[in-house]
Amino acid sequence: MNVSFNLGALAKTKWYEYLVRFAFGGAITVTAGILAKHFGPVFGGLFLAFPAIFPASATLVAKHETRKKQNAGIATTSRGRQAAAVDAAGATLGSVGLAAFALTVWKLLPYYNSALVFLAAKAVWLALAILTWCLWRKHLCR
Amino acid sequence: MQYLFRFLMGGMIVSLFASLGDVLKPKSFAGLFGAAPSVALATLGLTVLADGKAYAALEARSMVVGAASFFAYSALCTWLMLRKKLNAAPATIGSLIVWLAAALGTWAVFLRR
Repeated sequence: MNVSFNLGALAKTKWYEYLVRFAFGGAITVTAGILAKHFGPVFGGLFLAFPAIFPASATLVAKHETRKKQNAGIATTSRGRQAAAVDAAGATLGSVGLAAFALTVWKLLPYYNSALVFLAAKAVWLALAILTWCLWRKHLCR
Repeated sequence: MQYLFRFLMGGMIVSLFASLGDVLKPKSFAGLFGAAPSVALATLGLTVLADGKAYAALEARSMVVGAASFFAYSALCTWLMLRKKLNAAPATIGSLIVWLAAALGTWAVFLRR
């Protein structure tokens, strides 16, 4: 299956689900800052990769998929769980890119312009995440 | 005031990546954005301005450990949902203990001085 966009999917998410994500995202960002302030950057830095909104997102994926199947007249609970599992598998692949992002910032930030380093780190993250996904798909479809 | 700004920035960037995950297909590709560096993007720029580059670089070094723990966490979530047939909420919330154990364990053994 090729990668595609479906903007209509945004309408499936309810306003309070957007609010929950926003609140979780904001809360973990503030928490990471507070932890770094009190316990130092070495401890606080761990939480820059805390899976803060992942439980909310995966649960949402499962809920949407289950609702979709129910609307189609298919009474099944396993489809939602499977969709969330595939989403989690994608996040596992994405975490390779996440580590590369952090590695890039760690090694380059002391020596180069901050904006350029963040831009390079984002590019490294995206490239590696997509590459890992492509390799995984190729292996899976062999 | 700085924390309010962090909250708004974090909420916005995290929501943006989450919405990107919503619109993308297939689900495995969309899942890549579940591990996007959203919190780091929201906070590292502010950290550089407030505390300097060396401080932010130290945070990034620990983030490598956090990301490796994320790998273990999400792999466990996949396994629990796919093989053990656990529902999404208990699998993803319960497994957070593994992230904490991996990240804090590595910090205690290798990073703490």
